[in-house]
Amino acid sequence: MSGQPLRLVYFAWVRERIGLAEETLTVPADVLTIADLAIWLAARSDGHASAFAMPEVVRAAIDHVHVKPDTALAGAREIAFFPPMTGG
Amino acid sequence: MQPCHIVVRVQPQDIDILAESASLTAGRTDIGALVTFTGLCRDEGAQLAALDIEHYPGMAEAEIARVANDAAGRWPLSGLIAIHRHGLIRPGETIVFVATASAHRRAAFEAADFLMDYLKTSAPFWKKEHATGAQGIWVAAKTADDADAARWNKPR
Repeated sequence: MSGQPLRLVYFAWVRERIGLAEETLTVPADVLTIADLAIWLAARSDGHASAFAMPEVVRAAIDHVHVKPDTALAGAREIAFFPPMTGG
Repeated sequence: MQPCHIVVRVQPQDIDILAESASLTAGRTDIGALVTFTGLCRDEGAQLAALDIEHYPGMAEAEIARVANDAAGRWPLSGLIAIHRHGLIRPGETIVFVATASAHRRAAFEAADFLMDYLKTSAPFWKKEHATGAQGIWVAAKTADDADAARWNKPR
């Protein structure tokens, strides 16, 4: 994982608080899971901190599949963070 | 039994529910039940100017297809349609359309119910309400929808 650029995409109020719809970042080797990534992202800016202020509310998907916070990042190409969904 | 014909679409434009329904039964004589559900944009108290629905392109189609294939595995369906709109939607307009066809009604009713419960909880769409003259507010997810989706996992 270390040294690989990761594409991150954000939706709804997660996107609004961060101020970006997407970004590509190189994630340190010790960031192993979705939960680790949320903590690491929260430290990047005030906007990121605001988006991840209640991490239990933010959902994630890896390559278009819903994942739990303890899911490993290994092999991921695109990671999405978003609020609970309100479709239908 | 023939495989279930599944149609999944995510689109900004309005849905022709009559044409879509007809497509499930055209040329078929083995279908005894056609169930359809239409989800509409509701305006309580005449406050809503429009809904703006954001979605995750790629994942929206993939997730709805996953749920549709799950339904086709659980019930004996001959056809299934699930169409969800995104973008600006005005009160009275259709947001989502689900149709299921089967030999008998139980499968068609249950599959449509199941599809809607999962569309409401796992399909990556987010609604923003725009009241007339005010800034948009994100609609919050309901715990009742999660409970509805969970009931399909109870042992039968």
